[in-house]
Amino acid sequence: MSKVGLILSRELKAYIRSPLGYAAIAGVLLLDGILFMASPWTLGMPQARRLGGQVLYGFFFGSSGPAAILCVVLAMRLIAAEQDQGTLVLLKTSPVRDWEVVLGKFLSVMVVMTVLTALTAYMPALIYYNVDGKLSLGHILVGYSGLLLLCAAVTAVGLFGSALAKNQVVGAILAGVLVGVMYLLWLVAKISDPPLQGFIEGLALHHERFRDFARGILRLENVGYYLGVTFFFLLASIKTLEARRWR
Amino acid sequence: MIEIHELTKYFGETKAVGPLTFSIDKGEVVGLLGLNGAGKTTTLRMLSSDLLPTSGSMRVDGVDLVEDPEKIQSKIGYLPDRPPVYDEMQVLEYLHFAAKLRGMVPAKIQKRIAEVIETTDLGDHQHDRIGTLSHGFKQRVGIAQAIVHEPGLLLLDEPISGLDPVQIVEMRELIRSLRGDHTTVLSSHILSEISETCDRLLVIRDGEIVASGSEAELGSQMATRSIEVLVRVLHAAGRDEPEGSDFDVAAEVVRDIAGVAAVSEIDDEDAEVGLTRLRVQATSDVREELCRTLVNADIGVLALERSGKELESVFLELTGEDDSAEEGAGDDPYDDDASDDADEEEGS
Repeated sequence: MSKVGLILSRELKAYIRSPLGYAAIAGVLLLDGILFMASPWTLGMPQARRLGGQVLYGFFFGSSGPAAILCVVLAMRLIAAEQDQGTLVLLKTSPVRDWEVVLGKFLSVMVVMTVLTALTAYMPALIYYNVDGKLSLGHILVGYSGLLLLCAAVTAVGLFGSALAKNQVVGAILAGVLVGVMYLLWLVAKISDPPLQGFIEGLALHHERFRDFARGILRLENVGYYLGVTFFFLLASIKTLEARRWR
Repeated sequence: MIEIHELTKYFGETKAVGPLTFSIDKGEVVGLLGLNGAGKTTTLRMLSSDLLPTSGSMRVDGVDLVEDPEKIQSKIGYLPDRPPVYDEMQVLEYLHFAAKLRGMVPAKIQKRIAEVIETTDLGDHQHDRIGTLSHGFKQRVGIAQAIVHEPGLLLLDEPISGLDPVQIVEMRELIRSLRGDHTTVLSSHILSEISETCDRLLVIRDGEIVASGSEAELGSQMATRSIEVLVRVLHAAGRDEPEGSDFDVAAEVVRDIAGVAAVSEIDDEDAEVGLTRLRVQATSDVREELCRTLVNADIGVLALERSGKELESVFLELTGEDDSAEEGAGDDPYDDDASDDADEEEGS
């Protein structure tokens, strides 16, 4: 595990040094803030209709989009950038296992996303002070858990795209396309017939799965889905790195 | 130290390396010499465990590199053709990272990095960001990361490539200073680099070793095989005028000698009128038979000497890039039109 920590720490230092990292986080926070203050689903909702739970639902649903985009942006370069600048060979020829590389890099994005999520905590606080109705702590915790689980799944999918690519541009395209397709599976489900419809809808990365979290409903099947997607794509990334030793 | 047996690597249908069989003793400095695409980089990548072979075995200190790479990776230092450095990191910070990555005991790291900084003469730049360094200094950082964990085996892929003349001299001295502490395998297509720094050379062509030995051994071996002959084709009265030029006449006679592989004409502007200078390449020492046959065929032999070749010529002949050989009509055993660019094509 010490090698995982070493890779995690190197990645985090790289984020701290990069002005682009700060700009991306600031951009996401700004977007979250605008959505929160102006969206008709949150504080932009007419005063008479505002209820704590509804506004909180709007907040979680609204912030899931920018968070997922940031995950893709951070994940797309994780392996592809190493390949691009010729540093992947350092990791591959050192006594570090491929799973340690993948896990260290994945966790680095999760640390950034956790910090980012924590920085949005003032928004539920604003709801508490500005909106009528009760605000459940359980709802907040479930919503944030859902947000982090979604980030984990999106990061894993993006990381897989990055592992497939030979450079950052291709990594960005692959990560974006993979996440986009998984996001839009609910649309495909709409034009499908049962029983395929239910199956495809169940695979969609966001839509109904995340809505439950945003409503404050914790379902084990949804948790299992996000953990499963995360595990599957991390494993696929590890196998892709292993396969690179053949070419 | 290193035992390689029947090592091959294919990229799809294209053969990049092999079959390669060789061994390297502890403390030896061995040069892999070959043109671009000959298979040097692929060989080093396999030795560094960056790339898996298609078949064959590689053992370092008795440990199989394919079966147990983790066991031996901490004892190998590798500098690829492009230094694997993170531009945003400082030199010291990067070396700490590389040392920890190779599993060095934390207590030893500080002292070892100080030694490496001194060896690679990076003292004035240890706090600089790597991205701000020149190519030469980045290359030094690349060497520093390769030796920071005190590896028994050091693999350097084209360490002098892209450096200016001053940096070349400095880098050569740096590589020389590493002698003794490490078994070193370095690749290059720059002959002076190889000849001045290596105990032994392995000449690679199309992924296979075509010659092995020290510079002197290779030179002597090739000199015996390559002979220059100055001849005058006699046109005796009463005989039919032979067809073709004097070179064609002489070459036809020489090619019939057993062991002769190629005959070419040496363009000698200073040669006297009526004299032709030939280069004969043979698979054995054919000097006596050559002289006898020429004289019997009424071709006067004015001079016959082994080619006093520098390593440059040896290299060119071994790798099939000798222009003079191509001029001749003979079947050059070292000539091959098919160029294998697998090293470049497969990327990194």
